[in-house]
Amino acid sequence: MIEPAPHAIGRRASRAPSGGETPIFRLSGLGFAYGSGRPVLDGLDFELRANERVALIGSNGSGKTTLLHLMMGLVRPQRGTIEAFGATRSTEAEFFEVRARAGLLFQDSDDQLFSPTVIEDIAFGPLNFGASPKQARAIAMDTLTALGLVELANRATHRLSGGQRRLVALATVLGMNPEALLLDEPSAGLDEPNVERLIEILDRLPQARIIISHDADFLARTTTRRCRLLGGRMA
Amino acid sequence: MCDSTVVEALEVANPQGGFGPERDAILQPEVDETRARSLLAGVDPRLRVIGSFVFAAAVVALDRPLPLVVAVAIAVGTVLAAGLGARRMGRVLAALDGSMALVVATLPFTTPGRHLFSIMGYGASVEGLTRAAEIALKANAVALMALALLGSSELPEIGHALRRLGVPATLAQLLLMTVRYIEVLGREYRRLRTAMVVRGFRMRFSVHTWRSLGHLFGMLFARSIDRAERIGAAMRCRGFDGEFPVLTEFAYTRRDAAFLGVAAAALALLLAVRLAWA
Repeated sequence: MIEPAPHAIGRRASRAPSGGETPIFRLSGLGFAYGSGRPVLDGLDFELRANERVALIGSNGSGKTTLLHLMMGLVRPQRGTIEAFGATRSTEAEFFEVRARAGLLFQDSDDQLFSPTVIEDIAFGPLNFGASPKQARAIAMDTLTALGLVELANRATHRLSGGQRRLVALATVLGMNPEALLLDEPSAGLDEPNVERLIEILDRLPQARIIISHDADFLARTTTRRCRLLGGRMA
Repeated sequence: MCDSTVVEALEVANPQGGFGPERDAILQPEVDETRARSLLAGVDPRLRVIGSFVFAAAVVALDRPLPLVVAVAIAVGTVLAAGLGARRMGRVLAALDGSMALVVATLPFTTPGRHLFSIMGYGASVEGLTRAAEIALKANAVALMALALLGSSELPEIGHALRRLGVPATLAQLLLMTVRYIEVLGREYRRLRTAMVVRGFRMRFSVHTWRSLGHLFGMLFARSIDRAERIGAAMRCRGFDGEFPVLTEFAYTRRDAAFLGVAAAALALLLAVRLAWA
C-alpha cells in the first residue's frame, strides 16, 4: 500500500478534515457550454465520497473531461455550484486549495510533464505549495520510490517512452499527496504490460478517484461504481 | 444522479510486491544521456555561461591576428578538453564558416588599402585581407568556446544557470520550455506531414502546394495554442500562480576553482600576447 507521504508543507497544514459524511466533491445543477454552443453539461448532479472509486463513462464529446476540469476550477460553470472539501468553490483562490488536495491526470502526458527532468516535474507541485527545494526533492524521490520509478529521477521528460511518461505523470500528481484523484483516460495508448502495471499501482492507492476510460476491462478492475454522462447529466 | 452499479472489482494478485518482468522493459537505462568523459564535467553551469561571455568579450576586443590565433587555439583546446571530439567541432565550424564565407571572400576586394593581388581586374588589399582574417578568427574562437562551455552541458542546466545569473524567469523558462516541447512540435509536424503525403501530396510550385503548406502551418500553430493552454491548465492544477519555483541548487566546488584558475591563465595569456604584439 502506498501511504500518503507525511508532507509537512506549510499551506497544507490548514486542511479541514474531509472524512465523515461530507462528500469530497458535491456538484449541484451544473450547467456549462463552450462559448455560445450547445450545453455540454445541463443540470448535472454528482457526488464523490471518501474511498469511492468511480468510473465515469460516456460517448466522445459527452463532457467527461470538461467535468473534471470544472471540478479543478480550470473552467467555470455557468450554472450550479461546486462544493469541494466541505466548502463552496467559485473563485481562483478557492480552487487553489482544491488543487492542493485533488490531483488531475491529463489525457496527454506531454501536457502534464513540462519540466526538463522527471524529478523537477514531480517537485514542481510541492514547491508551488510552499515546500523547500530540499523537501520537494525528498517528496519527489519518495514518490518515485513508491512507484518503483526511482531510476527515472534524472531523466529528461521528453526522452521518456509513452508508458514511462504516463507513470511519471501519475507520479507528479501523487507527489502532491492528493486526497482525491481525477484520472482522464489513464490507460489510453498504453500497451498491456504498462496497463497491468498501472492497474497494480492504482489498486494500491488509497485515494478516492474518478476514472474516465473507454476500456471496460480496465474500469472493471480499477473502479467500483459506474456513472454515465448522457445529455449533459448523469444518466 | 448516476446509478450505483457496483462493477465487479477484481483483486490484482501481487504476491511478490514488485512490478514483474515488465519492470525491466519500462526502466531501460538511457544510453544517449551518458556524457562522454570530459575535463569540464561538473563545472558549475553559471561559470560556463560567464566564462563564454567573458571570453567572447575579450576576443572581440582583440585587434591583431596573432592574439586571435592564440584565442582560436585556446578555444580548440577547450573543445577537446570538454570531450566533444573533432567531428562535432567540424560540424559547428562548417555551419559557421559556410555562412560567413561570402563576407570573408569579398572583404579583401571591397576594403580600400595597399594593393596585394588582383583577380579578373579586381584588386585585393592587405587591410581587407587582414580584416577578413580577423573576423573569421574572432567568429571561430567565440563559437568554439561557446560550443565547449555551453554545448558540453545539458540545455536545461544552462537555463537554470541563466535564471540564477539574473536573467528574467520568463526568458529562462522560455528556453526550458523550448527544449522540452520542440520535439513534441516536431512530432506533430511529422504526423500532419505524413497525413498529407499518404493522400498523395507532393511539393510542387503551385497554388495548391502553398495553400496546403499554409494549412499545415496554420494547423500546427492552432494545435500549439491548444497545447499551451492545456500545459497552462496542468501547471495551475499543481498550484502554479505565475512564479516559477526553482529546484536546482548550485554550489561552487573545487573543480570550479580549478576552472576559474585555468580561465584566468588563458585570459592572461591572451593579454600577454596582445601586449607583446603591440
